[in-house]
Formats: sequence, structure tokens, C-alpha cells
Amino acid sequence: MRKRYFGRTALFIITAAFALLFLTPTVLTITNSFMTQSEIAANYGMIFDMTRPGVGTYVADSVNLKLMPDIITVDQYATVLFRSPEYIGMIWNSIILVVPIVVFQVGIASFAAYSFTRYRGKFKNFLFFFYIVLMLMPYQVTIVPNFLVADWLGILGSRWAVLFPGIFAPFSVFLLTKFMRRIPTALIEAAKLDGANEWQIFVKVCIPQCRSALYSIAILVFIDYWNMVELPLILLDSRDAQPMSVFLSTINAEEAGIAFAVAVVYMIPPLLLFLHGEEALVEGITHSGSVKG
Amino acid sequence: MNTRVKNYMRKLNKRQRETINGFLWLAPSLIGVGIFYIIPYFSVIYYSVIQSPLNPNFVFLDNFISLFQNRAFMDGASNTLRFSLMAVPLAVVLSLLLALILEAKIPLKSYFRTFFLSPLMVPVASVILIWQVLFHPRGAINELLMFFGFSGIDWMQSDQSLLVVVILFIWKNLGFFMILFMAALSNIPKDILETAETEGAGPIRQLVYIKLRYLSPTLLFVTILSLINSFKIFREVYLLTGAYPYGDLYMIQHFMNNVFQTLDYQRLAAAAVVMTLAMIAIIAILFLAENRFGRDVEE
Repeated sequence: MRKRYFGRTALFIITAAFALLFLTPTVLTITNSFMTQSEIAANYGMIFDMTRPGVGTYVADSVNLKLMPDIITVDQYATVLFRSPEYIGMIWNSIILVVPIVVFQVGIASFAAYSFTRYRGKFKNFLFFFYIVLMLMPYQVTIVPNFLVADWLGILGSRWAVLFPGIFAPFSVFLLTKFMRRIPTALIEAAKLDGANEWQIFVKVCIPQCRSALYSIAILVFIDYWNMVELPLILLDSRDAQPMSVFLSTINAEEAGIAFAVAVVYMIPPLLLFLHGEEALVEGITHSGSVKG
Repeated sequence: MNTRVKNYMRKLNKRQRETINGFLWLAPSLIGVGIFYIIPYFSVIYYSVIQSPLNPNFVFLDNFISLFQNRAFMDGASNTLRFSLMAVPLAVVLSLLLALILEAKIPLKSYFRTFFLSPLMVPVASVILIWQVLFHPRGAINELLMFFGFSGIDWMQSDQSLLVVVILFIWKNLGFFMILFMAALSNIPKDILETAETEGAGPIRQLVYIKLRYLSPTLLFVTILSLINSFKIFREVYLLTGAYPYGDLYMIQHFMNNVFQTLDYQRLAAAAVVMTLAMIAIIAILFLAENRFGRDVEE
């Protein structure tokens, strides 16, 4: 008995250490965002100076990772939010790309999922299988047809070139169909007996039954596109239209002081979604189960 | 006679009505997928076998041969594959281990779940600065190594760079996979495990002979998911090292970016077709393997 207790304690300690390691990058980013500009230059100047030597004023000879800043300031945030409109502009670029993609992808997918749930046949099954194959294709494959069609339609370089492929991406069709197929048929039959038409069954039975699924899928789609790099890099031409996710990779010496604050502002929307919807998200992931059937 | 025909008609009409109705619901999605994915994909296939858009002679395999002779493509492909071969098994095993640990009743379980899941929601772009600080030649990890008497490593400019990206991948994906495994573990019938225990099977034999079999669909799912995600690693590499990384980190997406800049349609199309075939082959193999392994349980 004692041996077992000992083993469990060891497991707990290992897991806790692992969990702390997992939190470290996020926590460090947040605490470092409250540093003064000169402290950041002193601690990390080396890294961001690499591209253009000689910019930094005072640079330590090694990089000091610090958990807590010496002086806490919200000055960087003030700069990001009020003094330099370009950062807000970049975040706005992210928002106007990601929000329509999430809303329309999930909306259109819920119609498609309803179709795959209610009407089945050989051809429908084949189509569903086709959606799965398409979902499994990496960006490196799908971006070529996306690019060609954007070129034909004359929308290459504009936001539409990113928006359309995002809206019609098959990911949420697959997941939502899995959820809708779990709704008991009896429920739908009962609604039918009560004289509900297809639209009413969809709105009053299927959608409420899938509420947490819709929420968790929306969160997953949101985070995927909030992080996007490949699509905007190739399909958008001007630097001004690039979302924050692309911009953060090009941070240089002059912006280093502010980078942490920008990074934190950028992680706030997904973190809020996560904290608010963790249960739904876990439930959603849980029931996504397997790719078969 | 008349009523039979009428009934038949009504039946047929109902079925037709259902078919039409079904397609109406699917139409918005299907039209979009058709326009933005399927129709242009046919022209991708077309481009892959012609000489050039201006000179559309059928050249069959020439584009593919020149693609396979292209060093950048081969480097990108082999690096991507090497990364996937390292990252996918590691992510699957680690997340399964973690799920097994969290399944044994340890305290603060729900907090741990949140902690492990949180990297999923933190944009990589946001934490990339910290990763740069950690793995800089004079950064935190090297300081730690030197403190213990080892010599530092130039992480991002050496053969260890792939390892850094693997760690980043695991950090990002572990929580998601862990939850999938936890769900599958809780679905294993309890009575089977109890029977095994009373008959003297230890935890390891229970894991190998019972749990893994029941987990096999989830194993397949997690493997495929992590494979897909491993192809997205370009994001992390790009954010860490920009468009021109150390040789080991030159991914297939870097190659695609370069070809997009020269607008060499043949090369792009051939690369897309090759990758499609490779993906389909890999997924088919995984499905077959799972069918074999999980068969005993499903029967």
C-alpha cells in the first residue's frame, strides 16, 4: 500500500513539473510585457539586434530570461493601444479575416452537416468521404488550387482570396456531421409528427442539440485562422493587409520593446474564448473521436 | 391499378423530393468547395502534365521528373518527412502517457488538463519571442547547460534546430491529443478491466492487451491529426527563423513559397499532385494498419 502511495506521489510531481514547463512560455510572455523598454533592450537586445548590428544602445553580453520585471510599467500597452495605430491596424486585419471565416464556415457547415445527417445514400456517403479526404490535405496542396481560382476571379492579393477558401474549408462540416449524427432519430421523428418542416427541425431541434459542438468548433476554427501564416503570405500581396500572426515574425530591433505587449494583446481573444468555453471545447474534442464513420 | 400507380408515384416523388431537399441543404457548401477547391484542382492536374500555359503540349511526366531532380524540393520534402517521423510518434506516445497518468486519480486533475490544453489556445506568434530567448546561442537554455558544465549549442543554426521545432510542436499539440485519449480511455468497458484484474493481469498487461486495442481508433485519429498538424509546422519555423532558415528546417512550404514567387505553374502543380498522392498513400496505410490491429475488439 505504501509503495503505491509513493508511486502516485512521484507521478503527481512529474506531472506538475511538466505542467509548469507547459505554462512557462505563456507566463513569461505576459510578465515580460510589463518591462520597461530599456530593460527589454538590456535583457534581450542581442536577439533582436542580430539582423541589424549596432542599433541597440545598451546590450548585455548574454540574454537574460527574467520572470519578473525590475520595474513594472504599462507603458508598452499604452503605445500599442493608443500611440501607434499600425499595431491596432494589424490586429484589425486579423479580426476582419478571422471573424467572417469562423461565422460563415460554421454556418454553411451546419447546413451541410444537416444534409449529411438527414439524407443518406451511396452518393452522399461518397461525398462525405470526399470531404474527409479534402480535410486531410495539407495547406501545401490546397493552396495551389486556392491560388489559381483567386487568380481567375481577379481577387488575388485582396482579402477575398483568403476569406473564400477559409469559409469553404471542410473541417467544420466533418466535425459537425459527427455531432449531428449523434442526435437521437426519435427526437427528429417526434418533431416531424408534430408537423415541423425541415427548416423547423433544423432550427428548433438540431441546432439547440449541437450548441456546445458549434461553440467548440467555432473556437477551433478561430484559433487555427488566428494563427494563419501560409495563406496570407501567399495570397495577400501588401504588407499592410497582413494579419498580426505574420507580422510578429518580422519584429526587429526598434520594435523589440513593444513586441511582448503586442504579443499579449494578440493572445487575449483566444485566451478569453478558451477560459469561457473550456468545458464546451473539451466536450467537443472528446466527441470528435475518430475519422471513421 | 390506378391507386397502385398513384402510390408508386407518390413514393418516387417523395424519394426524389428527399434527394433534392438533401442537395439543397448541401448546396452552399458544395458550390463553394467546388469553386475554390475541386474545379481548380482539375486544372492543377492539367498544369502538371503540360509544358506551360502558353505552350500547352502534353508532356506527361516531364514536370514530375524535373521536380524530383530539384534539390530544393527534395530537401524540403525530406526535411518535412524527417520532422514528421520524429514529431508524430513522440506526440502520440507522450500524449497517451499523459492521459494514462491523468486517468489514474491524481489530485488537481482538472487544473492539469487546463494547463496542458492552454498552449492550443495561445497563438504561436505570441510566444515566439520567448522561444527565441530560450534557444538563442546565449539564451536561457544554454546558460542552464553551461551552469551544469556542458557547452552551449547554437540551437537554431545546427542539427539541433529540428529538435527545437519538435519540442514546440509537442508543446502546442499535446493537450489536444491527451484529451482525445482520455475520452477513449473512459469509454473502455469497466467490467473487462475488472475481470482482467481479478485474474491477475497487472497494469502493463492490461494496457497492452486491453486498453491499446480499445484505443486503436483513437490512435489512428490522433496519428492522422498530428500528421496533418506536422505539415503545418512551417508556421512555427517561419515565425522562429523567417523565410531563410537553417538547412535542416527548410520545409516543403518554403519551397512552395519560393515557387509561388516565380509563378512556375508547372512546378507548383506537379508538387501539389505529388503531395496529394503521398497523403492519400499515408492515410490509406494508417487505415489498413488500424483495421488489422483493432479487428479483435470490433468483432
